[in-house]
Amino acid sequence: MPARRWQVRAVHGARALSPRSDFPILARNPGLHYLDSAATSQKPRVVLDALREFYETSNANPHRGAYSLSVHATELYHQSRVRLAEFLGVRDSDCLIFTRGTTEGLNLVAGSWGSANVDAGDEIVVTALDHHANFVPWQVLAARKGARFRICELTPDERIDLDFLSKLLNDRTKIVAFSHVSNAVGTINPVAEIVRLVREKSDAILVCDGAQSAPHFPVSFDSLGIDFYAFSGHKMLGPMGIGGLIGKRETLEQMPPYQTGGDMIEFVHDDRTTWNVLPHKFEAGTPNAANAVGLAAAVDYLDDIGMDRVIAHERSLMSVAQERLSAIDGVRIYGPPASERSGVLSFTMNDIHPHDLATILDGEGVCIRAGHHCAQPLMRRLDVPATARASFYVYNDETDIDALVAGIIKAREILSYAAS
Amino acid sequence: MLRPDSAQLSALYQEMILDHYRRPRNKGTLENADASVEMKNPLCGDEIGLQVSFDGDSISNVRFSGRGCSISQASASMMTQLLKGKTLAEIDALKTRFRDLMLGNVSGADEDLGSLRSLSGVARFPARVKCALLAWNALESALANRKV
Repeated sequence: MPARRWQVRAVHGARALSPRSDFPILARNPGLHYLDSAATSQKPRVVLDALREFYETSNANPHRGAYSLSVHATELYHQSRVRLAEFLGVRDSDCLIFTRGTTEGLNLVAGSWGSANVDAGDEIVVTALDHHANFVPWQVLAARKGARFRICELTPDERIDLDFLSKLLNDRTKIVAFSHVSNAVGTINPVAEIVRLVREKSDAILVCDGAQSAPHFPVSFDSLGIDFYAFSGHKMLGPMGIGGLIGKRETLEQMPPYQTGGDMIEFVHDDRTTWNVLPHKFEAGTPNAANAVGLAAAVDYLDDIGMDRVIAHERSLMSVAQERLSAIDGVRIYGPPASERSGVLSFTMNDIHPHDLATILDGEGVCIRAGHHCAQPLMRRLDVPATARASFYVYNDETDIDALVAGIIKAREILSYAAS
Repeated sequence: MLRPDSAQLSALYQEMILDHYRRPRNKGTLENADASVEMKNPLCGDEIGLQVSFDGDSISNVRFSGRGCSISQASASMMTQLLKGKTLAEIDALKTRFRDLMLGNVSGADEDLGSLRSLSGVARFPARVKCALLAWNALESALANRKV
């Protein structure tokens, strides 16, 4: 498994990979301990500058104008696509469709490929680890088509149960949707093994939710062996409202459009319309060119650090956090061992509700997520209504963990001891 | 950055609230309830069940079930204490006053709200107001579904 490559020893005193001064919101708030990057990352100044620069120097509607400003905007938008394709290991950059984010990418596959290819009696497989964005579109598609919606169960440490998956697969399986990394508990799923099983037992397409992998370690779509990969820019230092869907050319070319309108047409007759080529066929309307440019600046920033170093840094923070939180009486950590997780630490603290914990941590300047993490099927299986989740990124260091630990102890003092 | 200070946190987590959280009143189920509802907070997954019996136009008994944070559970427990013997018109008025309390529109000295006054600190935490209102939203729904 490629995950082994990133295994590192716990490095105590781990410093941030990126200086806080690169991130205006962190520079402005020295006491802010931002541990919710799995929800959305903070943005470096270079990304904010790239957005401003686009609007100040290059703003025009791409693909529309005959004038040079529009040509320039078109070129910048195109270059951003090429840059993202390079970052995510896609040789054919026309196969990277810009979307609003992972959710739209997954809905695109369900709405387009699913509508055209799934029939009554077919089967769609998802996993109990999945985010609602990679669960509900398939559930709805199955209901609409009269297809069977099947859920792959997990091992006791919240990994995809590959034996279970193997038994679910058959020649009626049309779609297998899974997440590269669980947003709720951080499990890194074994893509190669999943691909091998699915290819061996079915003709299904493989749809991978990459929202939590693209920001954190090197991803090469062309070598993953999957059919679709969706990601979000805002979780990888980029702006909100931009992300992408990557597919294979032959698959994308056979799919009907997802939305219709401007830019995605070749010719509109009175009675019918023909479609533009990739990627435009799937990008109806004025594209979010400025945010694509901002996202390209974000991946430049990540590449300057090096994605191998990003995952190694998160691993070392994770080891420290795991060790320190485990030492607190009453803390329970979910998911597989820290060495098999990405930078997500999901936990509960005795009978203290995660919302109460998050409110008290907020008082300490510590931002964590508390709730079901848009993964209610998983929460049911964990038999908890919610968990607290700390997630790490390039700007975090060990002082953030110090603050987290201090906050948890304070929460215990306020909530557990006050009533006795 | 507006983050809560320790005085605000103490106001939020008052002894009275923690007491109701640890030892909820009227928790359980009612046999032969006249109205019953289950409600979830879609944002956090917290759940509440509420069962109500009537005597004419007044609530004779009420129980709640479910799980959630200290604010949602304490609010439900305190609400059930307050409801017994109240008429629908009185409950309507209380509901409005409690919502006002959550919006920060009334002082904590509103006697009619009883122990619910201890939740006045929630108004400073907009993200938690929905927790405090969950039981009241369930009540509203239960009253609307009441068997006539």
